[in-house]
Amino acid sequence: MKPIELEKVQKIIDGFKNKEVYVHLETTNGAYASHINKKAYNVGAYIRNAKVSFNQAKIVGNGKSYRVGLKMEMGWIYAEGLTDWTIHEDSKLLMAGHDREGRLMVSLQISETPFSY
Amino acid sequence: MEKHVVVIYPHPDDESFGAAGTIAKFREEGVPVTYLCGTLGEMGRNMGSPIFANRETLPDIRKKELIDACEILDMDLKMLGYRDKTIEFEDRNQIALDLKSYLDKIKPSLVITHYPDYAVHPDHNALGAAAIEAVRLMPSEDRPIVWAQAISNDYEEVLGKPEIENDITAIFDKKMDAILAHASQAQGVLGQRRDEASGDIDLKEIAKHNMGIERFYIWKY
Repeated sequence: MKPIELEKVQKIIDGFKNKEVYVHLETTNGAYASHINKKAYNVGAYIRNAKVSFNQAKIVGNGKSYRVGLKMEMGWIYAEGLTDWTIHEDSKLLMAGHDREGRLMVSLQISETPFSY
Repeated sequence: MEKHVVVIYPHPDDESFGAAGTIAKFREEGVPVTYLCGTLGEMGRNMGSPIFANRETLPDIRKKELIDACEILDMDLKMLGYRDKTIEFEDRNQIALDLKSYLDKIKPSLVITHYPDYAVHPDHNALGAAAIEAVRLMPSEDRPIVWAQAISNDYEEVLGKPEIENDITAIFDKKMDAILAHASQAQGVLGQRRDEASGDIDLKEIAKHNMGIERFYIWKY
């Protein structure tokens, strides 16, 4: 993956608007968080291959870390802390946020075809 | 001497971090070892350092790392095809029957797995419990011995001293090679330990300090 380039990513998410798309949305701080640090909490969530449609899409950020909001007919999809992006298999948009050790903390992925399951 | 050892863990790298020295010792004695690996660690958060994997490429990368590690440890590999983080939500009895079908074929004298409820990761606890159940379902005269590995910080306080303590420092290089075969994971996992230690200590020294002895409880049926 490479650091997010706002204009390029904005153009790509615009291309997914008003289509039926598959979304992978995830956040995690690892299954060992409270094992390694007693004061930490294990928190994580993911949804894979949620079939959705959004009519508004925007990426906002400060040059390092970005937020993406996708507006659906009946709600929103939101991710914060995205730092990197790539295109997987020519058409799947992958965005992720990594910590300084390179560990994934959050990811938002959009594709017109399902992610492998 | 053991006849055949079966190792049952859920993730590519559990075998290297947890039992590589023990596995290498058995192989040195000429004992066949088979690894039943539950998942491909699809949901791992370590993406290499520097990053070279992403959520979608990680499964194939870890699969290759797993195959390489098993080659280094010279053990047979079966991939069970479950999905990372989901084992505890599957039907435990069904997983136990799946595992039992392998055990019925391989007829091991020893099974190595995680100690349920003391193995930190939910997949460890769930697959360990299913493995123990798989052996329990066998007629008692056919049952292999089960070594269960605990990981939680408090396990020794609660469970007492593990019966098996394998000092594997003499073959630590082999263990390190197996760990490093998991290139997407090794730095992140070992680096986590470095956070606790002070200063810039060699990763191998950290590994040796933390993983030079592999401990197991003998499961009592």
